This record gives sequence, structure tokens and C-alpha cells, in this order.
Amino acid sequence: MSLSTQSISSLRQQLTSGDIQPSDILDSLAESITSQNDSIGAYLSHDLDAAKQEANQADLSQPLGGIPIAIKDNINVKDQPCTCGSKFLDGAYQSPYDATVISKLRAAGAIPFGRANMDEFAMGSTTENSALGSTCNPNDITRAPGGSSGGSAAAVASQTAIAALGSDTGGSIRQPASHCGVVGLKPSYGRVSRYGLVAFASSLDQIGPLTQNVEDAALILNAISGYDSSDSTSLAQDVPDFTQGLDQGVAGMKLGLPKEYFGEGIDPSVREQVDQAIAGLESAGAEMVEISLPHTEYAVATYYIIAPAEASSNLSRFDGVRYGNRVDQPDDILDLYRRSREQGFGPEVKRRIILGTYVLSSGYYDAYYNRAQKVRTLIRQDFQNAYQNVDAILSPVTPSAAPLLGSDRDNPLQQYLADIYTLSANLAGICGISVPCGKVTSESGSQLPVGLQILGPHMGEQKLLQIARAAEIQAGN
Amino acid sequence: MLEFLNPPMHFPRMSSEHMDVRYVANLARIDLSNEECETFQGQLDAILGYIETLTDVDVDGIEPTAHASPVFDRLREDESRPGLGQADLLRNAPESALGQVRVPKVVDA
Repeated sequence: MSLSTQSISSLRQQLTSGDIQPSDILDSLAESITSQNDSIGAYLSHDLDAAKQEANQADLSQPLGGIPIAIKDNINVKDQPCTCGSKFLDGAYQSPYDATVISKLRAAGAIPFGRANMDEFAMGSTTENSALGSTCNPNDITRAPGGSSGGSAAAVASQTAIAALGSDTGGSIRQPASHCGVVGLKPSYGRVSRYGLVAFASSLDQIGPLTQNVEDAALILNAISGYDSSDSTSLAQDVPDFTQGLDQGVAGMKLGLPKEYFGEGIDPSVREQVDQAIAGLESAGAEMVEISLPHTEYAVATYYIIAPAEASSNLSRFDGVRYGNRVDQPDDILDLYRRSREQGFGPEVKRRIILGTYVLSSGYYDAYYNRAQKVRTLIRQDFQNAYQNVDAILSPVTPSAAPLLGSDRDNPLQQYLADIYTLSANLAGICGISVPCGKVTSESGSQLPVGLQILGPHMGEQKLLQIARAAEIQAGN
Repeated sequence: MLEFLNPPMHFPRMSSEHMDVRYVANLARIDLSNEECETFQGQLDAILGYIETLTDVDVDGIEPTAHASPVFDRLREDESRPGLGQADLLRNAPESALGQVRVPKVVDA
């Protein structure tokens, strides 16, 4: 069996026994990238020589010793490009430092390898907003891989990565994981340092793993979690061993089914797969409880005020002064800003910056931003109330399976509405995971993966992963 | 430039009136082509129209949530610690000279 198709734990056994070397895994990955990346487009770039040099130094006694991990192209890795899928940074930026998650991965023996494609500055849900290349869904190349971490998900699904890091601001790990048929974990707000992640919406962003299975997600979470003095939002809590108790099952647990997540709008074939996954967990001994998250219908509107507002502020750093694109022959400093940004940003990024600037502008702040922050409180309270009675919440990840490439391109509002099941977790700061639970047949006959979303309370990753592992077993994986 | 310091007064309420896309883009320091401006106008009006649904929510007496972390105002000792050096910080600068980032003249002598 090719090394590029194997899980972290399987490769680790062969590495520690001396049957294989880290460079063997890199060679295997490089071979699959060469044969597949032209058609799938998961990677924007990769540097085999640099990775091999690092592989020679890798400490195989560490938990991820010798394991290459693909990195979403908005996470800084020293001396590598970090384009964020944007023309603004393409060919114009090399990271001068490692993000904290990269330092931590290296300390655990892992090797960052390859830059995964993404929607520009993580704004989008199909990876089609990347200005630098298109990525297809490995299950059906006429379809989108999801986004914004579409390259990370497609790399793992096409077996051109053992595992990957992504970032999730409103579903950008869980949704592409669902569409590509891999596991995607968004940790709780504060679990993982974002130092070195290019900021999109700072009160919502989290970094997390996309992996072949739940155990691998736990292994990576072990490595990247914990307090970091460089990110004041990271929490000083002990990091448990998330692989412990994975196989303890769900017997006796209470799992909530929010009625608002199973109403109109969900594709019946997707619903069928999710229902089967729920039935599986029930047969494994969990008790299902209908719950209500009454402010769900306001999540999309709340998110699309708060996220663009924060983005408009965060992306002001891309002004053509210190790094990235600078227009030739500017008339003056304002002309430099305006035209460097016009040239460097794609339409979705401009749209969101303009929307964010508007909702924060004088006279509109209270009506939009302040009101959205109050509704955010209500959304958060919905979850806090729910977790009084249930251990976790089950739902679909998306209303339908992977969309065809090119659909809804000119209708951003339509795309935003499809984020309904994933956005609330970011607004509430809780953790969530997407686990493959089945496949649906498309009009053209292709088999499209469907994910089950499990949402746990803030800092509740241990039990979340345990439930996810049980769902994985029920789905036969 | 002074006109940006004194934006026109607006009523503090949600409004389905047209957002002036070019005006706001200018606040955000982004030039737009006429075509892009027109496309965004329709799309942003639709998004703002949808966002109006928040006016249905009773938020009286509700505290705003800025972020979902239980940690606030974390401070550290005010002491120097190692950071990136000048060479590292300048290596991505589009234009630099004399160890500094170079930009067009900002203030007239």
C-alpha cells in the first residue's frame, strides 16, 4: 500500500520500527502530487528539497515524528510563501517567521510540507475565490471541494497529504471536510494559538486539522493546542491527551438534535445520510433529545455583519507599504493605497471589506455592528442552555452535497445562506467536527460524501472526539 | 481629504436605502471600476436587505458579545523580548532605503 494513503498512526508504527524513513513518505507524496495535482489542484506550491532536509532532522521519538503535514496558505511557515490565495501576496511575500502552530508541529516532529489552496483570505465556501488556481473535488472533478480550506481537504481526500491544517472562521474546515469526505475539526475559541495565521475575523478564527480519521485529528490537536503568550485569546488550560478514551463509545450520552437544523432547505438525500448516522449513534447507546436553538435563523445575518466588519479592519494592513503588492508610479500615498488594493484583491474580498466598512461607519455602527453583537449573545446563550441538558449536538454540515464548480458565482447571498449550520459554532466559540457519514449519488452518477456535524461545548474537545470516533465506527470507517 | 473626517449625518437605523458603494470603497481605500461598482451595488443591496432580518430580534437589555473567550485584557510584564530584526522585516517591503520602508512623499515641506 502506498505510504501516501496511510494514516498517521499506521505510518508512525513503520517509522518507529525503522521499516520506513520520513523521506520515503515525502517521496510517496511527491509522486502522488505529480500525478494528481494538475487535475485536483490542492496545492499552490510545495518544496520537496526543503522538506527532505527537515525530514533528516526529524525527531522520530516525538508523537508526530517524521509525519509531513500540508499547510493552508494563510499560515506562516518560515521562508515559505504565504499567499492567502491572493494576488496581493503572490510572489511578493515570504514568511519571516513560523506561526505558533508550525513551531508546535515541528516540536512534535512533524514536517510542514506543501501550501494548500484556499479562497482568497479565507473568504468563500468553494475555493473558487482563490486568485491563484482552481481546486476540484477529488470525488467528482466537476464539483467544488468546498472552502475556504478546500485545498487542505482535497489534498487529504486525494491522498496527496497525510493530514493538513486549515482555518475555520464560519465553517471553513468542517464544510470542505464534509464535501471531500475527510474529518475536519474546528477547535474551541482559545484552544489553539492563531499567532502567524493571517487574520480574517479575529473573534471567530481558529486553526484545526483535516485528517483521514478521528484519531489523526486527535493526534494533531494534541500537538497544536495550548496557551501562547503571542495570542492573548489562547487559553491557559491544560491540554489533555485527546487520543485517550477515543474508543469509549457513546453509551449513556445525551445528544441533542436542534429542530431548527432539520427543517426546510436541507436536501432530502443529505438528510437521509445524516439520519442514518444519528440512528447509528442511537444503536450504540446514545439517547437522542430534540432541542431548540431559537436564534438559528439570525446566525447568517449576524455573521455577515461581524465577520466583514472584522475583516475590513484586519485587511487594512494590506496597503502596499510593508509587504505585498504595490502599484507602479503612484501619484501620492492615497493613490498607492487605493490602486494597490484594487489590483491585489479579488471581488469577494473587496465586497466584504466594503460591507464591513459600511457597517462600522459613523451612524450605522449601532444599527448593524452593535445589534449583531447583541444577537451573538443570544446565539451563544442558546448553546449554553442546550448544553445544560445534552453532551453534544448533532446536525448536518451543509444543506446539500458539493456544488458544481461555477454555480452561484454571481450570487454571494445565496452562497452565504448555505453556511447556516456551521456559522453558529464560531459565533458561540464552541468546538465542532465533521465526520464522513455516507455518500449521495449526484445527477451525473458520481458519489458525493456527506458529513455529520457534531458540536461540543467550549473546550469540550475530548468528548467531542469520542463521539466522533463512535460515529466513524458506525459509518464503517 | 477633509471630507472623510466629516461624513454626512445618517440616521442611526438600519436602512434599505442604497449604500453609496463608491463612497464606502473610498473610505476603505479601494479604487473600483465603474463595472465593479455597479455589480457590487446590486449584490450589497441584496445582502443588506437580508441583514434587515436582525431588526426582528428584541435585543433590549442584552449585552453585546465581542468574542467568545472568557479572557479579557490580558497583560504582560512591560519588558523587552526578542523580536524580528530589521532585515527580516524589510525583506518583504516593495521598496526600502536606509533601513526603512520607502513610500511617496506624505507631507509637503
